[in-house]
Formats: sequence, structure tokens, C-alpha cells
Amino acid sequence: MNFGELQDFILDKFGAEVILEAKADALQPYLVLQTERLPEVCLELHDNAQTYFDFLSCLTGMDNGPEAGTMEVTYTLYSIPYDHHLTLKVQLPRNSTAEQAIPQVPTVSHIWRTADWHEREVFDMLGIYFKDHPDMRRILCAADWEGHPLRKDYQLQEYYHGIKVPFDQHNELNGFKGEPQWLTSAPTPFSDKREKPA
Amino acid sequence: MDKTGEGGIVITKLDDLLNWARLTSLFPMGFGLACCAIEMMGAYASGYDLDRFGIIPRASPRQSDVMIVAGTVTFKMADRVRRLYEQMPEPRYVISMGSCSNCGGPYWEHGYHVVKGVDRIIPVDVYVPGCPPRPEALIGGFLKLQEIIRKETIREPRAVQQIMAKRAQQEQPVADADKGAVS
Repeated sequence: MNFGELQDFILDKFGAEVILEAKADALQPYLVLQTERLPEVCLELHDNAQTYFDFLSCLTGMDNGPEAGTMEVTYTLYSIPYDHHLTLKVQLPRNSTAEQAIPQVPTVSHIWRTADWHEREVFDMLGIYFKDHPDMRRILCAADWEGHPLRKDYQLQEYYHGIKVPFDQHNELNGFKGEPQWLTSAPTPFSDKREKPA
Repeated sequence: MDKTGEGGIVITKLDDLLNWARLTSLFPMGFGLACCAIEMMGAYASGYDLDRFGIIPRASPRQSDVMIVAGTVTFKMADRVRRLYEQMPEPRYVISMGSCSNCGGPYWEHGYHVVKGVDRIIPVDVYVPGCPPRPEALIGGFLKLQEIIRKETIREPRAVQQIMAKRAQQEQPVADADKGAVS
């Protein structure tokens, strides 16, 4: 199936309101779906014999920055037997301040096991929470790390376990703790400079 | 010695004997963090053969003399590196191998996850520059370390020497402060 047929397939099954935006002329055509209906659409795309998207090629999180105020999660689907592709997106508010809850997306890890660790990475790097995920922990950063590093407004923490995090002209301020010359230089009985042969 | 008929006696200083024994049997901890570890393994292997210097990797920090920090030290690993260093018995030495562990390397500005130099966690004896350093450079680092050990004496352990050097420096204000290199 091509992109238009897949779009019609989703329209038939779930109605017009599930697709918020369809962009067919993009380099990689995509559909923007309603966030809360994402898992049922994905499950149908996975299970139905006509589509059979058995492979989640990639799951990407994206921060559009504080000005845009949105975040996106992109799902790149592929069907191995039919050799067709589909790209799905969900858009969510950014909720960057501490008072607001972090953005939430329903998980698809029960459909594709690949999504398990991908969703954990998106959570770790961007702070998007995946509802009903079996094990929503950080995957790359240390468990007690502060903040989500790939957010556009991420601020580096000053210290981690007593170690200064930013570079901050470290050597200029604290001195280069190199080895002293008298300790490491080998004793040289001969001078390096040789006289030029006449 | 018996063959030459010159008697079975060698006279040496105890310092020289101890230092010779230490510097010719440096056992590093078998431990690598990133791509520098590949060069380190290359140095261990038959092509460069660190074994000929008496350098054989040990499986436990309790049995090793020197720690080669070969690779990027992340904050997640920093606690473990410090723990491993604390588990090594004295006298212990640290070789920082490669730009990442020297100063953060390519991650010095935007690498939120990288410790900007392993000397922020543990004291380093020899810095080996390179990204990654060639095995020859690592061997050069070991030769430097051997020179350090060769100058040690049991009457003045190096820890005491360092304190004395620091005190002498504090009494004598450094003239080249405008360079910004003050320790």
C-alpha cells in the first residue's frame, strides 16, 4: 500500500477525527494522529493482514523549542512482507516549567517490544512520559541525574556527586595538575644538540 | 655470577632494589572505557608486547599497581572509577590515556555527561595525549612512569615529597602568574 491508501485505510477504520494532519508531499510523508488514540491505530496497523506493520524501524522524540512550545514523537513503521512504510507523529504541549506535568504519550511497547527501550531513551533525553510503559526509568543517564539533556532549554547542573560538571576554565583556575618535569624527565647524559659536521 | 668466579655478591642500595622491582613489574588493572582501550589492547598484544616491560594486566584492583584510564569518563562511571582507585593498594599510580580522560576531549564544552578530566576524581601521575594515542605513546607513558618510580625513595615517600613541593611553592610566589598556570 502507498501513503494515500494507508491514509484511507485509517480513515475507514477510525473516522476522520483521528488524523489531525496529513502531509503527503514531504520527503517522508507523515500523518499526525490524536495522541490518545495512537495505541489503537498502531495495534490495528500491526495486526491487520492488509497492512501488517510488523517492524517499528525507529521511534524518535523531538523538542521544537520553547517558542514553538511543542514536542513530537515520530514512529517509523515498516512492513517486512509487504515492503511498505508509514510515518506517524504525535504532537504534544511542551510543559517545561516545574509546576506543569511532563508531557504524556500512551505507550506502544506492548505492540512492538522495540519501543520499550526507545521510549525509555526519549523519556531520559527529553522528558516525555509514556503512559502504561512497564518500566519507565532513565536508560542512559545516571538514575539520579537532574533534567533532560536534549531539551532546548536544558541547563547543565553545577555539580554531580561533588564533581564539577562544566569545564569553566578548569585548568586556568585550579592549575594544570600535570606531572612535574623533574619527576618524569629521563636523565640524559648527552645533550640533545649535536654539532653539525663540517 | 658464579660462572665468572667474581663471587655471588651484588652491592646496591635498598632504594634502588625496591624501585627496580616495582618499575619492572607494573601490573595495570584490566580496565578500559572507550576507544582508547582498543589501542591499549593493541599495546598489550604481540605487536607491541607490553609484557616485555613486565606489564601484565591483572583482573583485580587489589593486585594492581597502576590504573590506565583509557577512554571517556562519564559521570555514570565516575563513581566506579573512584571506587576502583580506592580499592588499589599503595603504592598506586594512574595513567590518564587520551584526550577524553585528560581534559574531556571533544566533549569539553557540550558534553553534559563527560567528566572534564579524570583528575577531577583521582590524582593522575602521567598524561598521555592523543585521540586515541598510538600504542607507542602509551609505552612512552609507561616509560615516564618508570622514571617517576626510579626517583622514589623509602625515606621520603612521594606523597610527602608532593606536600613539601607544594609548601615550597606557596612560600615562593610564582613569577609567571600572568600565564595563568598556578598550581
